[in-house]
Amino acid sequence: MDWSALRVSLWLGAGTILVLLPFGLWLGRLLALQQFRGKLLLEALLTVPLVLPPTVLGFYLLVTFGARSPLGQAFQALVGQSLPFSFQGLLFASAIANIPFVVQPIQRGFEAIPADVRDAAACCGLTPWQRFLRIEVPLAWPSILTATILTFAHTLGEFGVVLMVGGNLPGRTRTLSIAIYDRMQAFDDRSAGVMAATLLVIAVATLMTTTALSRKVGVRRV
Amino acid sequence: MSERHLSVALKQPGPIPLDVEFDCDAGQVLAIFGPSGSGKTTILRSIAGLYRPAHASVRSNGVTWTDTASRTFVPPHLRAVGFVFQEYALFPHLTAEGNVAAALGHVPHADRRLRAGQLLESVRLGEKANRRPQELSGGERQRVALARALAREPAVLLLDEPFAAVDRQVRRSLQDEINALRRTLDLPMILVTHDFDDVVRLATRVLLLEGGRGVANGPVTTLMSRPDLAWLREAVGLGAVFEATVSGSTDHGLMLLSFEGGMLLAAERHLPTGTAVRVRIPAREVILAMRAPEGLSLHNVLSGRVSALHSDPGLDHVIVQVAVGALLLLAEVTQDAVDRLRLAVGTPVHALVKSVSLDIITPARD
Repeated sequence: MDWSALRVSLWLGAGTILVLLPFGLWLGRLLALQQFRGKLLLEALLTVPLVLPPTVLGFYLLVTFGARSPLGQAFQALVGQSLPFSFQGLLFASAIANIPFVVQPIQRGFEAIPADVRDAAACCGLTPWQRFLRIEVPLAWPSILTATILTFAHTLGEFGVVLMVGGNLPGRTRTLSIAIYDRMQAFDDRSAGVMAATLLVIAVATLMTTTALSRKVGVRRV
Repeated sequence: MSERHLSVALKQPGPIPLDVEFDCDAGQVLAIFGPSGSGKTTILRSIAGLYRPAHASVRSNGVTWTDTASRTFVPPHLRAVGFVFQEYALFPHLTAEGNVAAALGHVPHADRRLRAGQLLESVRLGEKANRRPQELSGGERQRVALARALAREPAVLLLDEPFAAVDRQVRRSLQDEINALRRTLDLPMILVTHDFDDVVRLATRVLLLEGGRGVANGPVTTLMSRPDLAWLREAVGLGAVFEATVSGSTDHGLMLLSFEGGMLLAAERHLPTGTAVRVRIPAREVILAMRAPEGLSLHNVLSGRVSALHSDPGLDHVIVQVAVGALLLLAEVTQDAVDRLRLAVGTPVHALVKSVSLDIITPARD
């Protein structure tokens, strides 16, 4: 069992959610409520990571953020690490790859709130922030939860992007799914099996927790 | 308190055409009446600041909420507006109490529950404070929406088709509720409806809307006596509406009604003497005669003079307005009858009305 790989995987999953969720809430809500020029193109671009092979996505990220490119130098100046072969780079790539998993469910969630309900909140004297926190987020909560689960699960299972961008550095960029591949290559079926079972348990536990949570939502008072 | 006043002027060519101008004083119920798609809801939304027409002026109690000329726009959450939405728009994740408390932002935190409870009590829902909207009936949801709209202590109350989603029986009790509110709350109320029943029962004034344009605006009684509102005739059937007082009953069980200029006998129901009522006489139910007839089963023969005649091209019917004292009756007759009786403005006539044709309504009074 490669404990450091498990740690990297869990950190990557949690980190991706932490980075993406505020962005997803902002963008998903914007796409749900506003009409603007170029919206269709933006929606298409946001969906690209969903249909692109992960290796292709990883390739473009490497090209765009390579050490010699201006964007790559900007990334290094900002984060203090180069994008390739660093955990920070991996986190960034994971966030890009997961955009559709976060934005789409959240957008659907906000779209499902009737316009009258949002208007009624305004007519109750609630400020835009109060409306967002007390009315919109609780009503879109199941979708936000779905976005979170999908992102976490997808990050744990991500292989192509991780291998392309992060390589396979133990303790830094070697995630559990890569470690499994690694062990299989070395004919260490037992280790691979333990790690695969670990991923399975985590996946089931995550689903159960979130389902339980989503059922409890809502008995709050203003 | 009686300074409360709302004045509204909205104008834009499209996408939703609007051209209206109206006022509403405290204690008045202005009904905006028109077919669906005529822009009724858009007017309410413009008052609340949820919609911004190209040219608009909305003033409440001397405070400018919208004025496109001076680029003044107060966002909806800063306008003291009570809005009851057509489908109620309750917050589904909150209890009835939570829904009302959401509009109590101006009340100190510690007092909100108590105040919300009082408001629910006032709409007879005190026992269901902990229910969610989906656990309430249509009429109950409606009352929660009403309590929520009042929680804000609004300067104006806006009601958008408030009875559209409830059955007739619940409708009556809600109408009574709003009538009672009108007497206790001293604020302008705007009621959007496409049901004429609401207008006659609740409104003190009516704004008739057609394609976003205000085609007529005035007291219910005045407006209903106008012979020229063809569209209204199609929608509800034309008929005079006027105020009367129950002045007693006959030995034969008929109710005596007195109005400015005469008396009427009604067969419909028995109300205590002195009750103020509204009476509606459908134009189709009025017969005109040149001489007072004898030997009829009829009770009501009113003498008056023709005060106006109106015929629309394409319609073979003529609407005759007859002045009986201060009352303006409407009668719908054929062109043939007009020719035979030689009806013209000033002709003395007798209007015959069956006692069972009177529609007696216990309404809002000024």
